[in-house]
Amino acid sequence: MRVLAEADLRLDAGPIDYALLVIYFVVVLGIGVMARRSVSSSLDFLLSGRSLPAWVTGLAFISANLGALELMGMTANGAQYGMATVHYYWIGAIPAMVFLGLVMMPFYYGSKVRSVPEFMRRRFGKPAHLVNAISFAVAQILIAGINLFALAVIIDALLGWPLPVSIVVAALVVLAYTTLGGLSAAIYNEVLQFFVIVAALAPITILGLIKVGGWQGIVDKVTDKEQLSAWPATELTGIDNPVWSVIGLVFGLGFVLSFGYWTTNFAEVQRAMSAKSMSAAKRTPIIGAYPKALIPAVIVIPGIIAAVIVPEMAQLKAGDTSSGVVYNNVLPLLMRDLLPNGILGIAITGLLASFMAGVAANVSSFNTVFTYDLWQDYIKKDRPDEYYLRVGRLATVGACVLAIGTAFIAAALGGSNIMDYIQALFSFFNAPLFATFIVGMFWKRMTPTAGWVGLLAGTFTAMFIYAISEPSFGIKWLELPGQGASFLGAGLAFAVDVVVSVAVSLVTRPKPDSELVGLVYSLTPKEDRSHATTGEDAGWYRSPALLGGGVLALTTVLYIIFG
Amino acid sequence: MRLFDLRVIIAFLFGLYGVVLVVVGLGFTSEDDLRKAEGVNINLWAGIAMVVLAAVFAAWATLRPQFAKTGKG
Repeated sequence: MRVLAEADLRLDAGPIDYALLVIYFVVVLGIGVMARRSVSSSLDFLLSGRSLPAWVTGLAFISANLGALELMGMTANGAQYGMATVHYYWIGAIPAMVFLGLVMMPFYYGSKVRSVPEFMRRRFGKPAHLVNAISFAVAQILIAGINLFALAVIIDALLGWPLPVSIVVAALVVLAYTTLGGLSAAIYNEVLQFFVIVAALAPITILGLIKVGGWQGIVDKVTDKEQLSAWPATELTGIDNPVWSVIGLVFGLGFVLSFGYWTTNFAEVQRAMSAKSMSAAKRTPIIGAYPKALIPAVIVIPGIIAAVIVPEMAQLKAGDTSSGVVYNNVLPLLMRDLLPNGILGIAITGLLASFMAGVAANVSSFNTVFTYDLWQDYIKKDRPDEYYLRVGRLATVGACVLAIGTAFIAAALGGSNIMDYIQALFSFFNAPLFATFIVGMFWKRMTPTAGWVGLLAGTFTAMFIYAISEPSFGIKWLELPGQGASFLGAGLAFAVDVVVSVAVSLVTRPKPDSELVGLVYSLTPKEDRSHATTGEDAGWYRSPALLGGGVLALTTVLYIIFG
Repeated sequence: MRLFDLRVIIAFLFGLYGVVLVVVGLGFTSEDDLRKAEGVNINLWAGIAMVVLAAVFAAWATLRPQFAKTGKG
């Protein structure tokens, strides 16, 4: 009998493991120092001078999303819900990423805006811009704090460092390389992190598969056979009727939530905006889609295996919570049970790297929005560029300090639940934002007033659905366990935003056509939307449409095999 | 803006990691370690995979240098 549940997770890290971890931190900081040499303007610092090749921005695109919450959360979902978790990677990501690359990047990159809120300002004017810029900036700080807190909890569990020490140390490392090298350092480290995470997860998966007896072993040993197929995912959605469950998945997760997240979240889109050409920008999310489609192999599969081979996890799954283990502990438990010293160090490094990259993505997108969209637009206009470069650096420092603050608040509030609410709160902005963007990009008649009114109407709809369905609020007009409520909320928010936007547009005055060139489909000449196919953009294998079709086909095949 | 080549950094980090793991795998693997990893010398195999990854990136960086064409990049 173990008395302390936390003690279960403590890893037996040796000198060799710490040495591998230290090497990684030295390289990470080295990248910051080296990237500093090529920063000479605010655009260099905040948008990498739009100079990066597509494979770099593409991997960073996926890596920025592969943060702590994602890694722990999705292995946990794998253990709890089984194969249905792949929906978050396939239908819940791939179509939206291809859409972003082929349909939306021409406007984002072609209009030369420096951020998603800036696109909002040019298309709809200041009220919509302010709503978007402020909500994004606040969300990034809070989410950075959540990431820091999650990081500290895991370091405490794995290595026994006190919470405050890990929060501050991690924040200082992120601060050091992002203040020095700006977005380039953040992106380079994200790419490096991608490989380290795969190097950490692949051995866990392979050893897990050997231990469980291969794929056949999984099929034999998973007790709930429904968890071996992805559809209809009734447990995941909380919708009992299989037909409605599939509709909820396809429309709620696959369309509204996923398109809202991937196409309007500046922390993601920023990676594509830093690409060196229109072709590279279009390819960024599509190149990222390939690893996104394949990575469930080393995230979802280990989760499923853990539920079978880790005794505490099997107990939990059978409804016995006495060991104190929760689903989020899947990765640390597998590391404890499978990895010897050496590769254990790589796995610890991979986990910490993932947490830090999440924070760095929050911070590096915050400082761009703060500098260009808030400071330059509303506080100090028309200063020389060095001034804004300095503001960008100071904003980075400010963001890290504030994130440490929110991390400590999270710790004081007792952890994860309150942070789930905050995550949910900001997800309310995504679905309506996508509705506003998509109507605004394809309908020139949509007016500036409709821009912000639609956005607010959609957001309030999402909040309303959340309030009446979240069990702990006690209103309970709507009972949907699992993810069903957020699918419904996002879907309705999208619909309300579209209806309100159209209605308001019909009674208010649109912007003149001349101001919408490059921002609206029908007013943008085809040449401005297409990419060059010469020089470094030449070759059939660099065609965004072909690559996009390829990843959609790959996803379809994966669904046929594992669905 | 001319940024250094990331492929070189990837090759360096994984080359170093790979060599360390191969050495640990060959020279410092105990029976306990093997039992834990289902009889697989995981350090050795992961180390070899990392050295291969490093070699691929090093070769790519050598064969297709980042600033081959002037005026771009």
